[in-house]
Amino acid sequence: MKWIGTALIAAALLLPPFVAGDFYINLASQILIAAIFALSLNLLVGFGGMTSLGHASYLGVAAYLSALLTSRYGFGHGSAALISILGTIVMAAFFGLIALRATGLGFLMITLALSQVLWGLAYRMSNITNGDNGLAGLTRPSPFGISLDSAASFYWFALIVAAFAFVMMAIFVSSSFGSSLKGVRDQPRRMAALGFNPWMIRWITFIYAGFWGGVAGLLYVYYNKYIHPTSLSTTSSAEALLGVIAGGSGTLGGPAVGAALVLLLKNYASAYVERWNMLLGLVFLFIVLVMPTGIVPGMQKLTAWFRGRPS
Amino acid sequence: MTAPSSGFALEITGLNKAFGGLKVTQGVSLFIRPGERRLIIGPNGAGKTTLFNQISGDMRPNSGQIKLFGRDVTMFAPHRRAHLGLSRTYQIITLFAGDTLEHNVTLGLLGLLPSRWQMWRPLSSYRHLATEARRTLDSVGLLHLADHPVSDLAYGEKRRVELAMALSQKPRVLLLDEPLAGLSNSERATVKSEIASISKETTVVMIEHDMDTALDLAETVTLLNYGRVIVDGERDTVIADERTREVYLGA
Repeated sequence: MKWIGTALIAAALLLPPFVAGDFYINLASQILIAAIFALSLNLLVGFGGMTSLGHASYLGVAAYLSALLTSRYGFGHGSAALISILGTIVMAAFFGLIALRATGLGFLMITLALSQVLWGLAYRMSNITNGDNGLAGLTRPSPFGISLDSAASFYWFALIVAAFAFVMMAIFVSSSFGSSLKGVRDQPRRMAALGFNPWMIRWITFIYAGFWGGVAGLLYVYYNKYIHPTSLSTTSSAEALLGVIAGGSGTLGGPAVGAALVLLLKNYASAYVERWNMLLGLVFLFIVLVMPTGIVPGMQKLTAWFRGRPS
Repeated sequence: MTAPSSGFALEITGLNKAFGGLKVTQGVSLFIRPGERRLIIGPNGAGKTTLFNQISGDMRPNSGQIKLFGRDVTMFAPHRRAHLGLSRTYQIITLFAGDTLEHNVTLGLLGLLPSRWQMWRPLSSYRHLATEARRTLDSVGLLHLADHPVSDLAYGEKRRVELAMALSQKPRVLLLDEPLAGLSNSERATVKSEIASISKETTVVMIEHDMDTALDLAETVTLLNYGRVIVDGERDTVIADERTREVYLGA
């Protein structure tokens, strides 16, 4: 039963470039990017118990750095990517120092405030960021000389990165460090008494989540070949958080499913329903009421119930 | 690492702690020798748990000093004290409810190991930790429940997991905060013998209300009331002391 599920997921991930048109392949690429982003946020929210409303900072800053370095300062894509990721990591380390002075709601408010500062800067520092016009005319990298300009080639690229990200984060949460992180989420006081340093564990996780947020940001700017301050906005952070919670925070597959759902509603439903935000709200309400722990845990419970029922 | 400048395992001098105007610890001094079994008694609100919280580092005292094997740890964070050999249990059960007993005790073991920072190897692959955790669970008679989540357990069993978690760390100083609270008579006897069998390498400081059981375990007793040490000394001397009677029976 389990291998059937795995085979179905593998097929769903491998088939789009062969069977679908460019529109759907591009949609699938966007889903992969949103999934990496949601998974990175889930390290904080689901496994660390740190609900952040400013995760777009890492996506946005990595994207802006890469865009500026390649379009303005003549860097190649390779070195630009490296510098962007390093810059994002340094920023996450710094933001973590500030935000982790608090937990819970205080933490959420600080992450929100910090991301709003960045969003404001992206708007106002128009001599660098081009403000509300955004930075256009960007290019995609050509790793090993392979052009990523076609929808299919970019999809393969995104799929490889997403698979790698998924595996790395799965290893992270099942490691000793991941167990420490979950312990600190559930019983911080006990963990400290056992010899764990809760603050350090949270900070390292914060930086690691920022790193993967940055990776999502690079893919985001490569895909769009354009960057605008909205990528740094609270809406961008909130959509990812919505995806994490709807899909099932603290699970590995949940955030990916949730991110896909949010993106599909945004891109697909908006073509038919003008007020797609309302639809998103209704879907979210349904999930919270029927499957309060999220879609993935909810479905698992449902299948377990079906299997346990004498037929 | 800890060159003992004094002969004491735990040396507390002039400890003060106030919550606003409420003085919960007032000039408390305690000197506990290595291997000693010290019982701390006192009515509700005497400041016993607050004293423990200051020893373990959950709370910072307003003034005074705490030394662990001669080392001043007054300003140390809780996790640093743990690495110097201090472990504790909680009066209110503080376990990882959704995880198995084995995982709970494994976390206790992991807390003192450098591999707690390891990010690429699954915790489940550390077989020797699991073996060690099971051995500790066996010592408190819970091996048969090792694969059950803590939430499946009865209250008395959870108390014993608390104990197992602290014991797994082979502490040099162990703080037990009401290890017998809420236990049935038979459970009480079990836990009592478990505490009695703790190696003399470990110094045990225990808060307990059940005098019948706890006095058997203690060598020395400290009586606290209103945050002050009222009587302090050998068990029989403290019991016989008139002030003890006064606090417990009223004048």
